Amino acid sequence: MTARIILPPNPKAGVKMDIRILIQHPMETGFRYDISGAAIAKNVIKSFSLDLDGETLFSGELGTGTSANPFLQFSVILPHSGWLKLQWLDDEGNTGLERVLCNLSS
Amino acid sequence: MNAKRQQLKSLLQLFTLSALSRLGGLSLMVGSAFSVSKQANAQALERESEDFRVLFKNLTQSSRVTLERVHVSIPRLADNGHSVPLKVWVDGPQTVDDHVKRLVVLSERNPRPMISSLQFSPTQTRLEFSSRIRLNGSQRIWVLALMSDDTWWGQVASVEVTESACLDASL
Repeated sequence: MTARIILPPNPKAGVKMDIRILIQHPMETGFRYDISGAAIAKNVIKSFSLDLDGETLFSGELGTGTSANPFLQFSVILPHSGWLKLQWLDDEGNTGLERVLCNLSS
Repeated sequence: MNAKRQQLKSLLQLFTLSALSRLGGLSLMVGSAFSVSKQANAQALERESEDFRVLFKNLTQSSRVTLERVHVSIPRLADNGHSVPLKVWVDGPQTVDDHVKRLVVLSERNPRPMISSLQFSPTQTRLEFSSRIRLNGSQRIWVLALMSDDTWWGQVASVEVTESACLDASL
């Protein structure tokens, strides 16, 4: 499973920016059936969190109502430069990790 | 004559159901032929919106939700329920003293009404959140925001969905 944290091209200190998160995940609802008629088990990203140097900026729990390959975007003024770390956990117990360095220019 | 009366009876039953489901905003298709499965379907949908009400109550602890501050942008008509773009923004500077602690997106007719529940640290700017959601048919979407002073604010938006996301679930 891969994910992307998309930052604006030239993030500036003290200026509002949008951070976009895209995680590759099927987000199985548990309501679908495969070709042999067997139910496909529910498997969605239960929880995720986005940290800046260990301090949580944005976290949450997703349900089956979130589309496959979840896209999440939020606006923030980052207090300082640092590593943005995205972690997530799904129903099957799989975890994921993605990190990106955010350098704010003044 | 008897069959006609039977048909009228089931028509009345369906109308009572739809009147009951004020919150669910069910748009029942009233065709000429009524089947048992259609009534069962309506009842199942009624139960789902009931679940939504229970969840809503549990979440807000029956406290007052003011329909201000929170803004929702969602297409009025979505061709495909699998992925509907949703944009939410909340008025206010989101400082440490006054910010959105939690943002909850709820659906009235999805088999599991909780779409997402998000926590934010103070963003220091107007909070904007975007995502893509799944919708089981035409319905209303609720976005509730819990502020740092434990007050609930919210907004509701209706969407018409041409192709439902989970056909299996609503049967």
